[in-house]
Amino acid sequence: MKLSVWTYEGPPHVGAMRVATAMKGLHYVLHAPQGDTYADLLFTMIERRDRRPPVTYTTFQARDLGADTANLFKTACQDAYERSQPEAIIVGASCTAELIQDDPGGMAETMGLPVPVIPLELPSYQRKENFGADETFFQIVRALARPMERTERITCNLIGPTALGFRHRDDITELTGLLIEMGVEVNVTAPFDATPTDITRLGRAHFNVLMYPETGEAACRWMERELDQPFTKTVPIGVGATRDFLREVGEITGLTPKIDETRLRLPWYSASVDSTYLTGKRVFLFGDGTHVAAAARIARDEMGFDVVGLGCYNREQARMIRALAKDYGVEALVTDDYLDVEARIEALAPEMILGTQMERHIGKRLGIPCAVISAPVHVQDFPARYSPQVGIEGANVIFDTWVHPLVMGLEEHLLHMFREDFEFHDDAGASHHGGKAVSPADAGDPPGGAAPRPPRDTSEQAKDAGQVIWLADAEKELRRVPFFVRGKARRNTEAFATERGVTEISVDTLYEAKAHFAR
Amino acid sequence: MNAPIPNTPGCRDVPLLKERGQREVFCGLTAIVWLHRKMQDAFFLVVGSRTCAHLLQSAAGVMIFAEPRFGTAILEETDLAGMADAQAELDREVEKLLSRRPDIKRLFLVGSCPSEVIKLDLEKAAERLSSAYGPAVNVVNFSGSGIETTFTEGEDACLAATIPSLPSTEARQLVVAGALPDVVEDQMLGLLEALGVGPVSVLPTARADQPVAVGPNTVFALTQPFLNETHAALVRRGARHLPAPFPFGEEGTTAWLRAIAHEFGVSEERFNEVTAAPRDRARRAVAQASAPLREKSIFLFPDSQLEIPLARFLTRECGMTALEIGQPYVHRDIVGPDIDLIPEGPVFSEGQDVDLQLDRARAARPDLTVCGLGLANPLEAEGLTTKWAIELVFTPIHFYEQAGDLAGLFARPMRRREILQLEAEA
Repeated sequence: MKLSVWTYEGPPHVGAMRVATAMKGLHYVLHAPQGDTYADLLFTMIERRDRRPPVTYTTFQARDLGADTANLFKTACQDAYERSQPEAIIVGASCTAELIQDDPGGMAETMGLPVPVIPLELPSYQRKENFGADETFFQIVRALARPMERTERITCNLIGPTALGFRHRDDITELTGLLIEMGVEVNVTAPFDATPTDITRLGRAHFNVLMYPETGEAACRWMERELDQPFTKTVPIGVGATRDFLREVGEITGLTPKIDETRLRLPWYSASVDSTYLTGKRVFLFGDGTHVAAAARIARDEMGFDVVGLGCYNREQARMIRALAKDYGVEALVTDDYLDVEARIEALAPEMILGTQMERHIGKRLGIPCAVISAPVHVQDFPARYSPQVGIEGANVIFDTWVHPLVMGLEEHLLHMFREDFEFHDDAGASHHGGKAVSPADAGDPPGGAAPRPPRDTSEQAKDAGQVIWLADAEKELRRVPFFVRGKARRNTEAFATERGVTEISVDTLYEAKAHFAR
Repeated sequence: MNAPIPNTPGCRDVPLLKERGQREVFCGLTAIVWLHRKMQDAFFLVVGSRTCAHLLQSAAGVMIFAEPRFGTAILEETDLAGMADAQAELDREVEKLLSRRPDIKRLFLVGSCPSEVIKLDLEKAAERLSSAYGPAVNVVNFSGSGIETTFTEGEDACLAATIPSLPSTEARQLVVAGALPDVVEDQMLGLLEALGVGPVSVLPTARADQPVAVGPNTVFALTQPFLNETHAALVRRGARHLPAPFPFGEEGTTAWLRAIAHEFGVSEERFNEVTAAPRDRARRAVAQASAPLREKSIFLFPDSQLEIPLARFLTRECGMTALEIGQPYVHRDIVGPDIDLIPEGPVFSEGQDVDLQLDRARAARPDLTVCGLGLANPLEAEGLTTKWAIELVFTPIHFYEQAGDLAGLFARPMRRREILQLEAEA
């Protein structure tokens, strides 16, 4: 038993729903109590889908438990087939139905439905949403795809995009264009918008593009083995990764990597002098492993940020993320506990968070700007406009998205110069954001929630060995440091003092530390 | 407006269309989303699965609270396989929780579908934890499971669970049951005080240190139509129910207050004196806000259990025609006075077979459809105008001063469809 406040991932049957809802002509019969129908709103509200997910829930009740839940399942399955006339059906159980052990897969197989019935075994008490999506898609592919003659022209399948994915819709468009420029056509994109019939044609492609390992890796590995299709390992998010990806496609196909960079703006935007202020911005990254790994590379190599911490919530990617963290000289955080992530962010006091919907809330609470790079996301992260993450336009979108939450370059300097100005101060916030500025006089408590902690009366704590106290003047001077570096200044100064056995921090200590850490 | 009460016989004896099939409704856990705001020293610990945690997070819509006063103790493989003693595991999680949150005075152990199916005895756990942490922390259990409760029934189960342990009193008093937004609760208490009705106490209380007492001289009124178990639990404690239409709209509020006033011997003169001004305001507000609703038809899917009283308000005060009024369950003892007032015509349905009900809605082409979040956008895409029902439990809608807002909630989707113009100008 483990106490959970917010969760990064839903249960595995929600992953199966992400596959079913992404596809066409597929129906999911889910043995589940009525409350589980809440999952429909993820798709109809958060993603604004204009039709109900193709899911029939048996919605058994307590009174059914002693009676015949199995029969209820069969009826629901038969009705679902007759009403939707799908090309294929997937069947499974949610967490509660798993406990009553009705074996929906076995039952559905004996019903003699005239379409393929694919049973799903998704262990609700061990695994989570991404596993559910990956496993479901793998089972569909395994059931329906067969080796077949390759297409005449060089083609690939795009594997992994699902419903409720972070920018999957636009990534498909961008990636398709990128591949066409190089001379590769897309045979099938799946699960997004694919029918079961399309799945049977997967074997025609020469290779697979694994867009998101979280939801497509098991299928790609199976197709590599059974259909003799190699798959790409690079996820083309970011400029460098896009180039690597095209090189990888070249190696698989023998084609020459080609990229039309006329639309590519990230490199110049990053190089232009206005971006100087981005240099060494301390960022913390958290999300699914794939997006975090891609974002880390962009942050360090393409934006010039300083990655001070990173992690992922899906333990399937833990090994990769740990290796990556080592490469970046930071400690990886692999957890699905939101409070652990919050504690780590609080301790690291980054200047920006690149995270999920959850980290946006953490950032709001701690007064740290946040840009979203990964699922889980909320309704505002399904934008009306075209905004992919992959490829060339993806890089442009990422530059804009990441810079937007920050205070702009010259504005930041002005804040430095006039930090105690009555109008132009830390808590006035960035000029291009909404929200009313809090005047310093009105702000009773620690302004803006910006400092990691309100100024402390540390005299009581000085008895502890290794503790240092801030003299009043130094504390006051520290408050003049702009909020986005104040946490860092405090920690650096304290570390500097502790190292030298200094127990009281004066204004001089503060500036000694500043000189020491100056780069 | 102000049309006299029509001389139709009402719908008390209309047969129910009972359906069993796929139900597209929330489970009772959803009620935690508003209960934890109402009961400010309470923590709601769901003993369940990742699905429960995911539901709470999704139903809350936005995650406003960094560390909310609810959480899920997620059952794991070891708990189910009997490798771990689930009761001991629960004790450990509760200890961690209470040591981190010393502000918690009431802890609700909330049963879920999985905990009910594995027959995890939360009553025993609550007794044990109560004796361990009492009297500082009172531990109570109730079930919000989707195999037993639908949406707002979670509030009912929660309130009902607190009633057996309430102190006894012989005093003549009024208890009002049902969680209301603070502003609305204050308005209600103001009206009752002006009528000279008292003493009055309200369930649930905001804090544990102000418990409600109950006994044979207690009469009670309900502000929410889903409080069936609460009703029964209060009756078991000797209290007597004052049946009345629910306080939605001018007419409902007046009837609700009148039932109480009658019980407490308030003179007609005093009653009119107190209610005249707010009644007039409410009528005017409804008249204005309900303009887009007049002579329009409405179809209500079963969702919050508020459907019958709302249909009464919409048909009688907003001039709408009800085509179908669906409820998850119909408790005639409680909603009877509302049913009596609804003009003949609509189909009353109980339970759901969502596909068949959608077929009926499509055939009926109502001007406005009230439904859950899973159905709203798909129906909009089919050209039906919808009002999502969950807003009705998250918004102040009771009593006189909210009557106009209530009409406005239904009118807004109609107005929206009117004002959006996306075609080229001819």
